[in-house]
Amino acid sequence: MLFDFLVAVKPSQIEFAFDTHFGDNGINMTDNDAALVQAAQQGDKRAFAHLVQKYEQRVYNLARRMMRDPQDAEDVLQETFISVYRHLNEFQGDSSFSTWLYRIATNASLMKLRARKDLTVSLDAPVESDEGESAMPREIVDWSVTPEEALLNSEVRAQMDAAVAELPETMRAVFVLRDIEGLSVQETAEVLGISVPNVKTRLHRARMMLRERLSSYFKAHPVQKESVE
Amino acid sequence: MNQHRTHVCAELEAYLSEYIDGEAKESICRTIEEHLASCDNCRIVIDTIRKTIALYHIAPSEPVPNSVHDRLIKVLNLSDF
Repeated sequence: MLFDFLVAVKPSQIEFAFDTHFGDNGINMTDNDAALVQAAQQGDKRAFAHLVQKYEQRVYNLARRMMRDPQDAEDVLQETFISVYRHLNEFQGDSSFSTWLYRIATNASLMKLRARKDLTVSLDAPVESDEGESAMPREIVDWSVTPEEALLNSEVRAQMDAAVAELPETMRAVFVLRDIEGLSVQETAEVLGISVPNVKTRLHRARMMLRERLSSYFKAHPVQKESVE
Repeated sequence: MNQHRTHVCAELEAYLSEYIDGEAKESICRTIEEHLASCDNCRIVIDTIRKTIALYHIAPSEPVPNSVHDRLIKVLNLSDF
């Protein structure tokens, strides 16, 4: 049974008050994380609970973007933290905890997607092999002058979500990590275990495909300033 | 829509993301900027790539539903924390 190892862990009796919202920005919380990870490695479950609550939202964001199905996203969330718990003692601090966590979460997402599709394409394979569509722009519609706030209505957000979901999965992972979660190109490469040039190529193709998709949408559905939500 | 696209547009296309991220070499930046002065299509492509990134960046994320959070805490045996 997958979760048996967790049942054996006895929760500490120490009272500990957590923030219920962990909205820290940026991924480099190394000092604080290092202390929490060290405590968790020594069996302090409240420290582990703190790490879970601190990073739960980010892992969920990644999982929701990677997986179409909300249930799959929840599975990825659970599998990620179970794996973190299981392998915490293997974390040596060579990368930041958040990079390590993103790697586990991304791998969990990709494994689930590939199990479905029986994909055997290597993550570091040449981009052309799994993402052959040309990045050449076709739609030349200038919707860039409209403020973001005017563009971000619920229908546009649904289009954006659908567009990301249609990206090939490794390209999707690069875009989500870099442009949505805000990791650097170097960190994205580290998370995915691929080269920096490979990240850049995939990122560019992802951006071009999303731009194309949104341009087609805005061409057919011009946003009027009066219709700002 | 693409009838005015030139071979220069096509050659520069691969560098647009690096240019947008401020990571392109100076010589590439200069070439792109000279090209943009006379190519409205490429200017629109760059502006709409930037806008695309901005939209995804500012779009609010879906909070973890309470039920999902509760099940996570339960499966991790962290209910007492």
